[in-house]
Amino acid sequence: MSDAAHPARGPGDRLTAHFWRRPKLLTLLLLLPPLLWLGVVYIGSLAALLLQSFYSIDPFSGLVVPEFTLKTYGELLIPSNFDIIVRTVAMAAAVTLAAAILGFPIAFFAARYAKGRWKAVFYLGIMLPLWSSYLVKVYAWKLILAKEGIITWAAEGIGAGNLLNAVLALPVIGGNSLSTSYIGTFLVFLYVWLPYMILPMQASLERVPTSMLEASADLGASNWRTLRSVILPLALPGVVAGSIFTFSLTLGDYIIPQIVGSSRFFIGQAVYSLQGTAGNIPLAAAFAVVPIAIMLVYLTIARKMGAFDAL
Amino acid sequence: MHSDARPPLALTLAAIGGLLFLHLPIVLIFLYAFTTEDRSYQFPPPGLTTEWFAVAWNREDIWPPLYLSLRVAALSSGLALVLGTLCAAAMARARFFGRDTISLLVVLPIALPGIITGMSLRSAFAIGDIPFSTFTIVLGHATFCIVIVYNNAVARFRRLGASMLEASADLGANSFQTFRHVILPNLGSALLAGGMLAFALSFDEVIVTTFTAGQQSTLPIWMLNELVRPRQRPVTNVVAIVVFVATFLPILAAYYLTRGAEETAGGGK
Repeated sequence: MSDAAHPARGPGDRLTAHFWRRPKLLTLLLLLPPLLWLGVVYIGSLAALLLQSFYSIDPFSGLVVPEFTLKTYGELLIPSNFDIIVRTVAMAAAVTLAAAILGFPIAFFAARYAKGRWKAVFYLGIMLPLWSSYLVKVYAWKLILAKEGIITWAAEGIGAGNLLNAVLALPVIGGNSLSTSYIGTFLVFLYVWLPYMILPMQASLERVPTSMLEASADLGASNWRTLRSVILPLALPGVVAGSIFTFSLTLGDYIIPQIVGSSRFFIGQAVYSLQGTAGNIPLAAAFAVVPIAIMLVYLTIARKMGAFDAL
Repeated sequence: MHSDARPPLALTLAAIGGLLFLHLPIVLIFLYAFTTEDRSYQFPPPGLTTEWFAVAWNREDIWPPLYLSLRVAALSSGLALVLGTLCAAAMARARFFGRDTISLLVVLPIALPGIITGMSLRSAFAIGDIPFSTFTIVLGHATFCIVIVYNNAVARFRRLGASMLEASADLGANSFQTFRHVILPNLGSALLAGGMLAFALSFDEVIVTTFTAGQQSTLPIWMLNELVRPRQRPVTNVVAIVVFVATFLPILAAYYLTRGAEETAGGGK
């Protein structure tokens, strides 16, 4: 019928008619280039990563032996390597928890109280730090945390120099200066990943119906009670969604602990130095599989908690 | 707790404090570009000068990384624009088997830490004996930029709906005419926004790049080397300002391009 109303006039029309009769073909043609790219470049590389992790390195020649072995994964369990994994996971957990606590007031204010112009201020105020240069942000903290930097200056200015020294004298998390301690590493991680926690949290807070808050107030609940019994449970999927980012990004980062922190390695640094100067690509690959495995478990739990609907 | 009630004071303070925490550190980058002290990060700066901008301009080692970064960002965002739009068009057209898998596949390169994408590509290059080049950098960057364009385009396709396309067909346009006169004008600003965000993301990327660049140096890699082994520290600040502005402006522009729509660019980095 449509052919009669609009007779085919050129190749463009004939092709249109052709695809009209076979809509699946067009969808397939559209999908082919991106799928080929992602399939070959990305999935192919991930497969290469897995493959490499089952290879091993010849201890004498230093060359990669392309034969299947679990020896390389076994090396991850050596205390010095296992410590790296534990240290990284502990840091990721601490950063995630702190980001949730620090981010909640911002997300809550932006979702509930910011109107009109302020809404835009909050939106840009969260979005710009999220997108602005990662390295510049890390560099800013190197300036802040340096021994001769602004924190030391401010602490001495208000007469808290001794307090700062006392904090730095703490075992494990302390150090020579903030920029060479775990506290410094923690602060930079928190700063850089905080917006990733705020956004999903804000999105889920915005979906909490006002009527429920009114109902809670009508039933005599105080603000705190409403927060604890109504808002927090409803916002939880957003918090879990945000934690996926903060946890995963901390697990895989190697620039921040390299620039600000003690000389003890995190997973990312182990991967980077093993594939570079050490030339041990199999062990580097095995190390890189660790965050993938941890994130798979994490994502399975998150999915059960409904976090994917909040993304 | 009405939504129009005044917020508690503690909440307001915590929210504003949090926003300041997110923004004040960047101010220091600007301040330190003017300091006269180039051997330490002394605060407050002993004196202020503008000489470092001239010094940075004349440093020969800054220009090649800058050009490489611009070239990589242009190529990667161009590739991502084509691939991301195609993917979004297909996903908007039809529901089919494996649809969720494809959307997961698109998001994965940015959802997993950069070190995994980087190390994966490094493993593949090692197995395939592929030498490092501009091409290997672009390969990595385009992969994680696709999702940025895709997110922007798919949201716009969803808003466009099927009725306009049907109207166009009813008026006798073929698919190519519909694409040229209906889809493209409606998609334009979303694609521009997505392309600019992808450009900013690629221009600034360092983690994947360190695995795919070999001996080459992009601007972020140059900066990283300066951070590890500082020479003239304020010069690094000048470059940091350039990088900051080069990522800041596209983001701001993308925001204004897609503002007002229910989907504002940048929601999912």
